[in-house]
Amino acid sequence: MHTRREILRHSAAVAGLLATAGLLPREAQAAWNQAAFEAKNIAEAAKALGASAPAESKDVTLTAPDIAENGAVVPFTIATTLPNVKFVALMIEKNPNVLAAKFDVTPAVEANFGTRAKMGQSSDVYAVAITNDGKALYAKKEVKVTLGGCGG
Amino acid sequence: MADPMRIRAQASGSNAVVRVLMSHEMETGQRKDASGKTIPAWFISEVSATHNGKPVMTAEWGPAVAKNPFLQFTVKGAKAGDKIAVTWKDNKGETRTDEATVS
Repeated sequence: MHTRREILRHSAAVAGLLATAGLLPREAQAAWNQAAFEAKNIAEAAKALGASAPAESKDVTLTAPDIAENGAVVPFTIATTLPNVKFVALMIEKNPNVLAAKFDVTPAVEANFGTRAKMGQSSDVYAVAITNDGKALYAKKEVKVTLGGCGG
Repeated sequence: MADPMRIRAQASGSNAVVRVLMSHEMETGQRKDASGKTIPAWFISEVSATHNGKPVMTAEWGPAVAKNPFLQFTVKGAKAGDKIAVTWKDNKGETRTDEATVS
């Protein structure tokens, strides 16, 4: 980084990288839903995601183990066959932060997502599908944890 | 970031199932280190993917996603040879993108 030219080129490259990473102010604010991720219970998280009280539905599926050997890595698959879904979310009731993940559903992907999450203790886990008109539908399953995964 | 993402995209019928293994600590902000100080939260907050350059998937994650996160999703209308790129951004503003070809 000796010459000014090199520094300018580097800055431009970084700026370009930032722009492509979507760090333009408007996008950054809309991007991460802090209220939802800091919600302390299912109802609060659903409300922060723009939905009314969730109702159970057979059209939402949650695949999870009955017993998770290691609470630090519990595999989940959340899916729905409902039309008009805006996103599907994974919520773990007894975690300090209930909302674990939220996947936007676009016409380009199936409403079917898999990931692994941490569970602090045995708890009910919810797959919640939120539709474009603000309805929340869920499937829930109790997952027992033998060794909690939030550390400490 | 530490290691590149491992992305496997396999054509299945008219779709492609994409599996990604990312390398990231995913600190919840709940743990304390040896001296009793809380280790600050450090986790991937956003994930997005493109198919041949077109955005197809976005997700927001919280600290509860496991360390070295796994992600699986299915892109519709993808075929062998298409490019899938996955990007993550964490709460410190760091970001990483890796690409794979559908096989």
